[in-house]
Amino acid sequence: MSKITGVFIAGVGGQGIILASELLSEAARLSGLDVKKSEVHGMAQRGGSVVGHVKFGEKVHSPIITMGEADILLSFEKLEALRYINFVKNGGIAIVNDQEIAPAPVAAGLMDYPPDAFDRIQKAVPRSILLQGNKLAEEVGDTRTTNVVLLGALSAFLDFWPYSWLEAIKNKISPKFVEMNIKAFELGKKVAIEYGL
Amino acid sequence: MTQKILLSGNEAVARGAFEAGVLVATAYPGTPSTEILENIVKYKDHIYCEWAPNEKVAVEVGIGASFGGARTITTMKHVGVNVAADPLFSFAYTGVNGGYILISADDPGMHSSQNEQDNRRYAEFMKIVLLEPSDSQEAKDMVGIGLDLSEKFNIPVMLRMSTRLCHSIGLVELGERVEHPVKDYKPDFKQRVVIPAHAGLLHVALEKKLAQLSMLSEVSPLNYTIDGDFKFERKRIGVISSGISFQYAREAFPEASFLKLGLSFPFPKDLCRKFAAEVDQVWVIEENEPFIEEKLRAAGINCVGKEKIPRTNELSQEIIRNRMARIINEPQTDISDLPPRPPVLCPGCPHRGIFYVAHKLKFTGTSDIGCYTLGMMPPLEMGETCICMGASIGVAQGLEKARGTEFGKNTLAFIGDSTFIHSGITGLAEIVYNKSNITVVILDNSITAMTGHQEHPGTGKTLMGEDSPKVNYRKLAESIGIEHIFETDAYNIEGLTEVLKKIRTLDGPKVIINRGRCILLDIKKMKIVPFKVDPNKCTACGQCFKLGCPTINTGEPNDKGKKRAMINPLFCVGEACAMCQQVCSSGAIDLID
Repeated sequence: MSKITGVFIAGVGGQGIILASELLSEAARLSGLDVKKSEVHGMAQRGGSVVGHVKFGEKVHSPIITMGEADILLSFEKLEALRYINFVKNGGIAIVNDQEIAPAPVAAGLMDYPPDAFDRIQKAVPRSILLQGNKLAEEVGDTRTTNVVLLGALSAFLDFWPYSWLEAIKNKISPKFVEMNIKAFELGKKVAIEYGL
Repeated sequence: MTQKILLSGNEAVARGAFEAGVLVATAYPGTPSTEILENIVKYKDHIYCEWAPNEKVAVEVGIGASFGGARTITTMKHVGVNVAADPLFSFAYTGVNGGYILISADDPGMHSSQNEQDNRRYAEFMKIVLLEPSDSQEAKDMVGIGLDLSEKFNIPVMLRMSTRLCHSIGLVELGERVEHPVKDYKPDFKQRVVIPAHAGLLHVALEKKLAQLSMLSEVSPLNYTIDGDFKFERKRIGVISSGISFQYAREAFPEASFLKLGLSFPFPKDLCRKFAAEVDQVWVIEENEPFIEEKLRAAGINCVGKEKIPRTNELSQEIIRNRMARIINEPQTDISDLPPRPPVLCPGCPHRGIFYVAHKLKFTGTSDIGCYTLGMMPPLEMGETCICMGASIGVAQGLEKARGTEFGKNTLAFIGDSTFIHSGITGLAEIVYNKSNITVVILDNSITAMTGHQEHPGTGKTLMGEDSPKVNYRKLAESIGIEHIFETDAYNIEGLTEVLKKIRTLDGPKVIINRGRCILLDIKKMKIVPFKVDPNKCTACGQCFKLGCPTINTGEPNDKGKKRAMINPLFCVGEACAMCQQVCSSGAIDLID
């Protein structure tokens, strides 16, 4: 059977996860691959746990990634990375944004945010990267580009047609913000490569 | 080859409607179906589109449009079909003029619904054609195929989607629009007036149509087989499947033989029999109900089905592998200690204030379908029942009839503006006519919020973007006979407290129109200065925590070890809300300088 790559994207509602998964899907399409992407919208998701499944290869059947099937986990938030860590396959990669957003039970003081989240992630997935996505996005000029910084980091591990990412950004992002997002993308990619996994 | 583009199942259905010459599209929003009409409206130069007040009206308008000669589509979520079932059952008898397709978007796994009913059962029950796509391309193509069948056999068609199809994207090859101009309209009393004398004949005619469709189903290219690779260990297994389950099964057992059903009612019994004869064992892999399996068993075809594949929740390739081949994937890392991250009322949500006050004043609350159902969660805990669209009012009334007048006077029925128009108005008539003492709270946030901001008859705008008269809730309630009507500012805690204290002293049914626009409508235009807590003034009384605002977190404890409040400036909407500032008795909350 032909090889299918699965990227599982996790985060918190409002972090730009849907746009990131769209850009990834579009880049895969432009690289000549079959693509399926699945996500669930619905209940007031602002502040809720949000995931996106993106799969690409010669022929994709199921649009969802189940436990132990993701080649890469891209998480916009640390706790959410840990929550979905079992979706990563043996030998897979976790790219984790170093941001902590307290869920309701933590905000209310009923539970604690896991203090050792990244240690646990690394123990489960030795090939893990912790990125200062928000800070890098600020360097580019707008924290709203955090999602594209992280996408840039992801691109370092995917063998796509070189121009596919640029084209995807141009196709999906309003012209005003294209330049800034390209900068964000390149910065994320550079930092991930320098991380040297 | 034409270039393929990425479309979600919902976008694909919209495109399919455009290409198939649809002229009228009606719907009531509901996850996971909402984006279909939001995408059809992009073709508004060709297609009349509307949000109807509810699914029943959407279907009735659709029936009229079809009778009138237009190719028509109506879309809704699975439970919407319950509301629309009445006209649909009759429509099966009358048949169509312009082709008619109903999109039922089911929600296995209940990502955003109150149940996981399998509407394939409805197609059979209503005696209409059932089509089941399994990806975006099929979803697009089957809209046109369905409309052709509808016109050829003079019957409505149901296209059954599910959440994973609606909200998954895949590659789709686009086609051109083929125009189907409005057909002639002539009155046809015997065909369209379902009095018993006519309906008896129409039922006979419908059974004949179904018999013909049944023959078509046996040979339709929508029902096709894939030969398995019998070299592999999975021997001669034949899987019969439909919809998204087919994709999961293909991924789980790529070497098996498949019979994929796209036209599954009328059911192709003989085709299944033939397929079963060519394999050693038949597996039926379908989400939720044993719709295919029961038909196989009734035809005496042996199969393995629901004794292994669960009826509840969504399927996945993992569940199928696990149940059919005992391939078990244990989680490697224990995550059972992690704090959950449930959806919450947004920072600045206008619903928060009245829930806070009602909780403080110990009211009983019945709730309804919308964002505000989340008011049930701690610490607000307001809304102890939620049944279906509009039920808050009837349920509150029933509580009073069971428990007496005093209980009624202390009961609030919470219902959003869109839900109120959908099916709350009859509830108001009930509480006037049958002498209730409850209070209906119309949570008027000026939009259908939970499904992602759709207009409705109370907002003054149509789906096509035109201005339209607004329903006047006060006049409506007055004319039904409500004597005590209050209009409140959703962000004014003191005002809300005063009104709620007053209503429990009043006899008779009451209405509160609680006004506050959904904060997400305006947040992008707002210049926000967030609030902060002055730790020197904060007495750690915990009152602001009782608002359940996700921006109010526990901060540093004071010298008695009690936790002081801290506001996360990233998500606070500032003065547009200011509820925390109003409930703070020590003046510790103020805007960041």
